[in-house]
Amino acid sequence: MRYMLLICGEDEAHKAMDADGSFLASCHAWADEMQQRGVLITIGGLQAPSDATTVRIRGDQVLLTDGPFADTKEMIGGFGLVECADLDEALEVTSKHPAAKYGTIEIRPLLET
Amino acid sequence: MIAAVDAAVTRAFREEWGQIVAILIRLTGDWDLAEECAQDAFAQALQRWPRDGIPRRPGAWLTTTARNRVTDRLRREAVGVAKLREVAMLSFPDEPGDDEAAVSGIPDDRLQLMFTCCHPALAFELRVALTLRTLAGLTTAEIARAFLVSEDTMSKRLVRAKRKIRNAGIPFRIPPSHLLAERTASVLGVLYLLFNEGYAARAGADLVRQNLTAEAIRLARILAQLMPDEPEAGGLLALLLLHDARRAARINAAGELVPLEDQDRSRWDASQIKEGVQLLEAALRRGRPGPYQVQAAIAACHSTAPEAADTDWAQIAALYGQLSRLVPSAVVKLNRAVAVGMRDGPAAGLALVEQLEAAGELAGYHLLPATRADLLRRLGRTDEAAVAYREALELASTDPERHYLTRRLTETTGS
Repeated sequence: MRYMLLICGEDEAHKAMDADGSFLASCHAWADEMQQRGVLITIGGLQAPSDATTVRIRGDQVLLTDGPFADTKEMIGGFGLVECADLDEALEVTSKHPAAKYGTIEIRPLLET
Repeated sequence: MIAAVDAAVTRAFREEWGQIVAILIRLTGDWDLAEECAQDAFAQALQRWPRDGIPRRPGAWLTTTARNRVTDRLRREAVGVAKLREVAMLSFPDEPGDDEAAVSGIPDDRLQLMFTCCHPALAFELRVALTLRTLAGLTTAEIARAFLVSEDTMSKRLVRAKRKIRNAGIPFRIPPSHLLAERTASVLGVLYLLFNEGYAARAGADLVRQNLTAEAIRLARILAQLMPDEPEAGGLLALLLLHDARRAARINAAGELVPLEDQDRSRWDASQIKEGVQLLEAALRRGRPGPYQVQAAIAACHSTAPEAADTDWAQIAALYGQLSRLVPSAVVKLNRAVAVGMRDGPAAGLALVEQLEAAGELAGYHLLPATRADLLRRLGRTDEAAVAYREALELASTDPERHYLTRRLTETTGS
């Protein structure tokens, strides 16, 4: 099964990750390990929500908004896409991600057709 | 004949339901289909047993009937040939040789079902509802009544639980050894809650609710049998049996809660106490104590004292000390204060209660002022005791508790 890992956290969590000098290196180490295991499909970090643009089409009008779709304290700072045998494996993989120590990682199963 | 068949079907339902549902879930991965086909098998038994006689092995008859029903349904629903072949070929439940069985040494589908129902990725209330539905065979309406919610709410809860198991890929298996301890704790926690819900039910409460204690004991018994190497499973069963043994003496004719020291001990179930103590001793011999074994040991201290005055408070205080190291909980500390108050005198207990109060723990919990009140009363500080009883009365939420506190308050102010 494929699972999307949404790495979320409040501002403080993101600041703490930035302040942790070994954070990026440990993220890379996680990605390497998961790639070798054949679990990782892709991973990415995101710019701040203030750099987001939202798009909606209503009627024939394209509506753009400067900013994220929801103004919440929690924001998504990164994501991963993994292929696991079941939720237990996804839990194990996720709990090894260094961001889990600072923020929250939401595991969302993908719709499988 | 009809009465004999009814009795046989009822007994088979109690003994076989969880097993049959578990087998069908393993074979099909479809929880709704499994429940429906299990139900069909019992309906067929009610029709056919009066005519054909009660089969020698009702469980095997029901399992085969339910499996045939699954095959029919899948064929009618034109599910892939591969799935049908899978169902037809998978080992019969009575045959050993499962992969899981070989790995874990526990060849039982019910155990896999228990672990799946109690998976920590499911909200606690979902685990509880799912366990009662799939393992104990309670209907949605019964579970709704037991937990005082509408049938619609409970039905949605069960639908959501099954959907999440399917969509999120929650595995149907006995967890591997590195997860086993944590997952076992979740199963034990669900059974313990079931028991407590039933134990807390009032005398006039719905019978389904009161019967939760019996369901919890039945499931705990199965778990203890299936996990003979897990002393906490035996510990939980012992704990439940020891508490349940006092059931008849716990509520008086007026429906009031009778405190342990005032209970008529001749009304305790002696054989159940004996079984509980034996189970506890067997669990403790494994040398891996845990919270349920320690709580069972405390219950055993109370249950084996011929009179309240014979209670071994030194042992109980030591056990609460051990328990608070295993489970850092303010309620455990409060219970320890009570035991120390009995062992070393009320002043020592009061000092521990005051520590808890100073730490701001248990604010709003009626048993905190109630305990302080009892200790003050025993110290002869009746004015302060009365104030504390009144404080506890304001916080108490159930009638039996208020009755008890009012009686104590009257005794204190009257003396």
